[in-house]
Amino acid sequence: MLPDPNSLYGPLDPAPEAGWSAAPPRMGFFTDASVCIGCKACEVACKEWNGVPDSGFDLLGMSYDNTGALTANSWRHVAFVEQPRPAGHRTPPFAGTPTGGSVSAASAAVAAGTAGPTGTAPGLLPGAPEPAARMGAARTGEDTGPGTDDRAPEFLGMPGAAPPGRGTGAEGRADFRWLMMSDVCKHCTHAACLDVCPTGSLFRTEFGTVVVQEDICNGCGYCVSACPYGVIDQRKGDGRAWKCTLCYDRLGAGMTPACAQACPTESIQYGVVDELRERAAARVATLHERGVPEARLYGHDPNDGVGGDGAFFLLLDEPEVYGLPPDPVVTTRDLPRMWRRAGLAALAMAAATVAAFAGGSS
Amino acid sequence: MTGAGGGPAPGRRGRGRRGGEDLAVPEAEFTSYYGRPILKPPVWKWDIAAYLFTGGLAAGSSLLAAGGQLTGRPALRRAGRATALAAVSASAAFLIRDLGRPERFHHMLRVAKPTSPMSVGTWILSAYGPAAGVAAVAEAAVWLPERGPFGLVRRVLPPVGRAAGLAAAATAPALATYTGVLLASTAVPSWHEAYPELPVIFAGSALAGGAGVGLIAAPCAQAGPARRMAVAGAALELVGSHRVETRLGLLSEPYRVGTAGRLLRAGRLLTAAGVVGGLLGRRSRAVSALSGAALLAASVATRFGIFHGGVASARDPKYTVVPQRQRLAERRAAA
Repeated sequence: MLPDPNSLYGPLDPAPEAGWSAAPPRMGFFTDASVCIGCKACEVACKEWNGVPDSGFDLLGMSYDNTGALTANSWRHVAFVEQPRPAGHRTPPFAGTPTGGSVSAASAAVAAGTAGPTGTAPGLLPGAPEPAARMGAARTGEDTGPGTDDRAPEFLGMPGAAPPGRGTGAEGRADFRWLMMSDVCKHCTHAACLDVCPTGSLFRTEFGTVVVQEDICNGCGYCVSACPYGVIDQRKGDGRAWKCTLCYDRLGAGMTPACAQACPTESIQYGVVDELRERAAARVATLHERGVPEARLYGHDPNDGVGGDGAFFLLLDEPEVYGLPPDPVVTTRDLPRMWRRAGLAALAMAAATVAAFAGGSS
Repeated sequence: MTGAGGGPAPGRRGRGRRGGEDLAVPEAEFTSYYGRPILKPPVWKWDIAAYLFTGGLAAGSSLLAAGGQLTGRPALRRAGRATALAAVSASAAFLIRDLGRPERFHHMLRVAKPTSPMSVGTWILSAYGPAAGVAAVAEAAVWLPERGPFGLVRRVLPPVGRAAGLAAAATAPALATYTGVLLASTAVPSWHEAYPELPVIFAGSALAGGAGVGLIAAPCAQAGPARRMAVAGAALELVGSHRVETRLGLLSEPYRVGTAGRLLRAGRLLTAAGVVGGLLGRRSRAVSALSGAALLAASVATRFGIFHGGVASARDPKYTVVPQRQRLAERRAAA
């Protein structure tokens, strides 16, 4: 069989391309951040089912985020974006309630530097304080509304038990928004981790998902720097790379992956990718109708830089707000050009040597 | 739209399809998740940077040795072959040491995957390593007794060594340049976008390294080709590094500041010193050897500089978000 012209880049059905004959339909996740309540049941269920080592018992000061990032020991990561600014164009969700002051530029800047032991490498790395401070600062400019001015920074470290704003009085209260999203491996159509894996440990399943074979992985770490989403990570002590398998074992038995099974709000939906894409498009349309114009899909488009994700998202702000890259591209798109450049450089090297020796003895 | 504080306004003025960004990049205002990195920076430790040097040094030395072999310069041949074996052995040690599961290094030999530069490199090393080893071992023939079974080995080794030396030289350019693809075929922003230059820099650095060995080991009468190799290698290396430091817009920044910037500047100075010394000191063995040492040091500095530049670019979300935002803005403007 000739390789598909899109085998390195472009729309593609990955399982048949990987050599599966009579593959079942491609399965994936649609994670709808608009109904995520941040309960972390997905994180717990994933760890329980997959026997992932524990980690992240301490809050990081990044709202209620105790995981920080996807790592080899956290295959779901619930992100919490807590900002003193109005939530989209809706009625502020906390209008009339004592809110505000819970997050400030200063507290976000401090939170950027926190770390919990993940037991993985590179794991959860500290962030830069300036952009974190920008994130935590009240929005000024086009979104001016009540309470969006810059308030005196107040470091709270982590969410307290008392309602935010209780100590500051009504005049100190600000609007704020609270976004939550359960991040996961994207199971890309063109998966850079799989492409660069030198042992064949990473492979494409019949469901179109991407799985690490733990008995093959020798911990070379290439997949870690290849992933455009920063998902895959190395477990310390163990030395191997680990990530979400989309519960390959459960899929084979016709079951739903643990996280989707545990999600109480159906924020995580599991199913045939084509059906999920239709459902996602309908959901976005509904949200737009209901006055949530900021709702947008991420990773659903087969024409994007990775050929579309098997696990895609509905977000309520730009991807980078949630820690996702705005325009990820699979590195293998440029691989033919890279090999050509290396070939030219190799020829130049050989030619230079010949010239050096042909040039006489001086 | 909330949170659209993405990249600076696109300011590209058509210098090729990719990477023609303006040199002056406005200070990046970008949105992030608590300033945390989006990408996972490489888990590769300093071993891999060291391997970039030793692998290149092995390749350059094998080319030097083959040249010496074919043009009757035994000093270049001997030094080149010995260095190649030492360097390729060190390479294997560095590569295996860096694995999370070193005892599973042979899993690399399960597959041959053109989409994985590391797999390609494994096979290049598997072809190159034994050839370089045999060529170096053949140099020991002169120490064997002339009679008996060792006498036979003594007579057989030199022709075998000549064939092996040529085989090593034939695979050496691939060994020296595939590492450019190895780094570029990642999501690491400053490595990936530098894909046209990395193999050029590494080819130059390997040539300069091999030339350095020649300048250190060979008497002045035989070192002429090494001097010319040094000039060619330095030219490739300097042009390539200059381009990665200037052509990539914001993504050039990691190569200019911090550890990477210092290393690359040191590499440039040492390269220049090595070439000038090699050319002017052609009648002095001591000056030639010093110049050779400078070229080797330059090669180390350049490799570690490129390595650190990439790692720095993956650790800061700015280098992920701003160029991608710019790309999106350009695409929207074009549509």
